[in-house]
Amino acid sequence: MTPASDDGRALGDRLRSRDLSAAAPVLNMLESRSPEARAQTAALLHAVSPASVGGEAPGHVVGVTGPPGVGKSSLLSHLVEGWRGRGRSVAVLAVDPSSRRSGGALLGDRARIDVDPADRAVFVRSMAAGNRLGGLAPSTRAAASALAAAFDVVVIETVGVGQSETEVADVADTVAVVVQPGSGDVLQFLKAGIMEIPDVLVVTKADLGRVATRALSDLRSALRALGAQDTAVVAVSSVSPPAGIDDLIDALDAHRQSLDLPARRLRARRMHALADFSAEHGERGLRALGGRRAAEKWLAEQDPGLDVPALEEALGERTAQRG
Amino acid sequence: MDPMSDTPLPRLSERDRPWLMRTYAGHSDAKRSNELYRRNLEKGQTGLSVAFDLPTQTGYDPDHELANGEVGKVGVSIAHVGDMRTLLDGIPLDQMNTSMTINATAAWLLALYVVVAEEQGVPQDRLQGTTQNDILKEYLSRGTYAFPPGPSMRLIADTIAYTVTQVPKWNPINICSYHLQEAGATPVQEIAFTMSNAIAVLDAVRERVPEELMEDVFGRISFFVNAGVRFVEEHAKLRAMAQLWDELGRERYGVQDDKKRRFRYGVQVNSLGLTEVQPENNVYRIALEALAVTLGRGTRARAVQLPAWNEALGLPRPWDQQWSLRLQQILAYETDLLEYPDIFEGSKVMDALVTELLSAAKEEMTHVAELGGAVDGVDYMKGALVESQRERFSRIEAGEQTVVGINRFTSSEPSPLTADGDAGILVVDSRVEAEQREAVSRWRSERDQAGVDAALKELARVARSDEENVMPATITAARAGATTGEWAQTLREVFGEYRAPTGVGEAAALPSEEVAELREEVERVSDALGRRLKFLVGKPGLDGHSNGAEQIAVRARDAGMDVVYEGIRLTPSQIATSAAQEGVHIIGLSILSGSHRELIPTVLKALRDAGIEDVPVVVGGIIPEADAAWLREAGVASVYTPKDWDLNRMMRDIIELVAARHGIAAPA
Ligand code: B12
Ligand SMILES: Nc1nc2c(ncn2[C@@H]2O[C@H](COP(=O)(O)OP(=O)(O)O)[C@@H](O)[C@H]2O)c(=O)[nH]1
Ligand SMILES: [Mg+2]
Repeated sequence: MTPASDDGRALGDRLRSRDLSAAAPVLNMLESRSPEARAQTAALLHAVSPASVGGEAPGHVVGVTGPPGVGKSSLLSHLVEGWRGRGRSVAVLAVDPSSRRSGGALLGDRARIDVDPADRAVFVRSMAAGNRLGGLAPSTRAAASALAAAFDVVVIETVGVGQSETEVADVADTVAVVVQPGSGDVLQFLKAGIMEIPDVLVVTKADLGRVATRALSDLRSALRALGAQDTAVVAVSSVSPPAGIDDLIDALDAHRQSLDLPARRLRARRMHALADFSAEHGERGLRALGGRRAAEKWLAEQDPGLDVPALEEALGERTAQRG
Repeated sequence: MDPMSDTPLPRLSERDRPWLMRTYAGHSDAKRSNELYRRNLEKGQTGLSVAFDLPTQTGYDPDHELANGEVGKVGVSIAHVGDMRTLLDGIPLDQMNTSMTINATAAWLLALYVVVAEEQGVPQDRLQGTTQNDILKEYLSRGTYAFPPGPSMRLIADTIAYTVTQVPKWNPINICSYHLQEAGATPVQEIAFTMSNAIAVLDAVRERVPEELMEDVFGRISFFVNAGVRFVEEHAKLRAMAQLWDELGRERYGVQDDKKRRFRYGVQVNSLGLTEVQPENNVYRIALEALAVTLGRGTRARAVQLPAWNEALGLPRPWDQQWSLRLQQILAYETDLLEYPDIFEGSKVMDALVTELLSAAKEEMTHVAELGGAVDGVDYMKGALVESQRERFSRIEAGEQTVVGINRFTSSEPSPLTADGDAGILVVDSRVEAEQREAVSRWRSERDQAGVDAALKELARVARSDEENVMPATITAARAGATTGEWAQTLREVFGEYRAPTGVGEAAALPSEEVAELREEVERVSDALGRRLKFLVGKPGLDGHSNGAEQIAVRARDAGMDVVYEGIRLTPSQIATSAAQEGVHIIGLSILSGSHRELIPTVLKALRDAGIEDVPVVVGGIIPEADAAWLREAGVASVYTPKDWDLNRMMRDIIELVAARHGIAAPA
């Protein structure tokens, strides 16, 4: 049971003071569905909101997404090592692709992310995505924004195939789409305009040689054709000897530098509130708001200072008004 | 094929020579194992089969952190050429046929063997024996891998390319179907995955040897198969494999010489079906299984080793192994088995069975080929094995597959064989590990360090070069006095490491009615907990026995739990970190390699160090009764062994333990 002292606010305070050992109890609380936990979660999220932190949470939220088996987790082993080498603390939220069957889920992806178990500045947590491909687990958004108050880097690993809008783009400051050399999916999606141009494109398995070089140049010319030649495309290899890791870290950092962070985070909070709202009230709730589009539009007009619990409350009140 | 088939009489003109009779043996150190081998040879055993301990198999010296609790346990510890010298002392290597169950470090152990032979004055080209050297089945079932697939296949190709010219009577690889059946494979999967594996190996060698050598290479490939208690079908399976192998040789590799296309295999019969309850029944199972691999002359085993009656209890003592050896001797020397040509020749039933198996296996092979072959197909094959094992379990639980003593005919008189409690197994002296640790550090301090450094540097260069064969540099390092751990570490630095897939994610869900009650209970307890009941299944140490952990993990998921399972070979600190970060409600540890007395307390301490005080820990595996009591005293909530085959019952215990720990009342 959650000890009384670990109530939401206290946990939020610990995160704000960059106490990394708070991560596990924070996740336990955010995953809780009980009515008591809801109030505590709200207190926690409030304690790490810009108003309490005095600005946006300092951590860099990075989404790493791509088809299963492309090499995301292997890559993370090296990325984590690289970030640690630069003195940064890292939290990884591994949204596990294996689906929920019979309510339960098998979470094994963390095994692929090879990190030093004794390093207290690295935290890895598995989350079951449920049956939504490309989707997030119910508590991923809250977890990412909370952990960004304490960790220098928060990574969300998700399975996404590219064509459907992946939810991770709503949460992350920087989205890296990971591409399998030799598979033309992403290339086609980009060309056809089905997929938004990601912040960073990563071609894995560079050790495979020609297919990887080919993928790299194909992606670059497609981006040029789309007028997005500034988008970074990085080739990496996770097999020994690893390659391209520092370049990728630099590319992620460069994106973060160029980003209008407050705007992106504001949008993330609004999307978070909407996601939680629709998880709770379903399609019918959305309809009561006049549909998803209308809700997004309405949210965009709200006070930028509102934190997620406040936004959810506002959405609730709006349905009450309209209903 | 059969030179005698046109003889009018049903008998052979001359009685056949029996197969090689071996006992898979070895424990503690080289000296004690050498004594055991000599005794076994006196009893009429005709070949050696060396069991190595897990550190030797995975490339760690006895004083490495990961060797903790495993040194000398399930086999002999061989850390350098001095150990190999002692192991083979007084055994003339020009007359012996030695099989070594060694895979990731096969090139290294072969090098040690070659160097010791050289010291005995026996040239390489007179050596006879086998290195198992099959890495894909390590990924799929056996678990003693070290390097990633690419470099591992290269090591295999190098040892084959080297032996085929330098050690021409050696079997450089035993492609294994044995371990696939132990991991759940159906006969069709056993045939298909094994032959796909053989193709991957041959294709890898083809890239590294001149084409004209391929005929010899093909002729040196042998197999290590399994035979289960359904012995008629099992015999058909072997005939199907022989036929497929012949076809592959002719069609894919253009092998002209008939003799070089012969399906040569050794056997260990099925052990998965041997039970802890009424263990005396195992003797009958073993005898029937031995028939599967000896009855038909055309596909008779070249070498046989049999498990013992106490297989599911723990390691066999010399007497237990003698009892199994006697079975082979009775079969070969007392019965009339060896007097006839192939007794199934012309049997319509046998032929039809073979045809049926062949066509299904070919279909499955096509599927693996479409995935890019056996190397790229590892994920698929592993998932398929876990799924077959799951089905096998469900059939036993549902009573659709009879296992005498388990789900039928369960009432029994007390067995006099186990009347002495745990005395009926071999227990390795716990002082061996400390002795070996000291011995290896003494070895390091007494050798010519500069020579070792130079040899390892050269090994690293060759490994990086990609074109050169690693065997000569490996032999030089063996001669110079390098250790097993140093050889492997040098290659780990060049090749990197690997973690095999677990296959559990792909396993199909049980029909919900069968676990409906459990699910309701999980939902109820989860609601009270606030979030879904979360269960960590962990495998500490070097133990590769994953069946139990996999089936527990899959069933727990089917019962509605969130299950964290990361596969085999985790350190206590990895398990503790996962438990803490994942916020699990209960931890289950599975150990079958006999290292529970060392490892479980270490995990419990790591958990405390990670701040986990109130999470119940359960343990399963091969745990003798006295140790179970000892573990419970050390803080383990409950202990399970193979006699606990009712998975749902264990799930119920787990839910109850969590509920009790959190003060959640039993359902009204
Ligand atoms: C199958 C098997 C193998 C397979 C394993 C395939 C795989 N991927 O799992 C293969 C052929 C690869 C294998 C290899 C070896 N094996 Co083996 N193997 C067995 C065998 C025959 C059956 C084990 C099994 O899978 N049973 C089925 C599963 C489902 O049962 P289980 O794991 O016991 O789990 C049940 C319970 O124990 C419990 N349980 C287990 N874990 C957990 C965890 C939790 C949380 C819970 C709640 C319950 C629970 O629930 C399960 C359901 O009934 C046993 C003997 C036997 N009959 O038990 C030997 C045995 C375990 N093997 C043994 C040995 C020595 C080896 C080797 C080390 C030999 C060597 N020197 O190289 C190798 C190497 C393996 C390695 N890397 O560690 C010894 C161990 C000796 C000891 N403990 O002292 C045994 C006992 C045989 C013997 N008598 O010598 N083996
Ligand atoms: N050749 C090669 N294989 C890789 C590389 N990275 C990952 N892999 C392999 O690709 C498979 C999937 O990797 P994983 O990291 O689990 O992918 P994920 O599903 O995207 O997280 C594994 O078998 C890895 O060994 C790489 O850089 N090169
Ligand atoms: Mg992954």
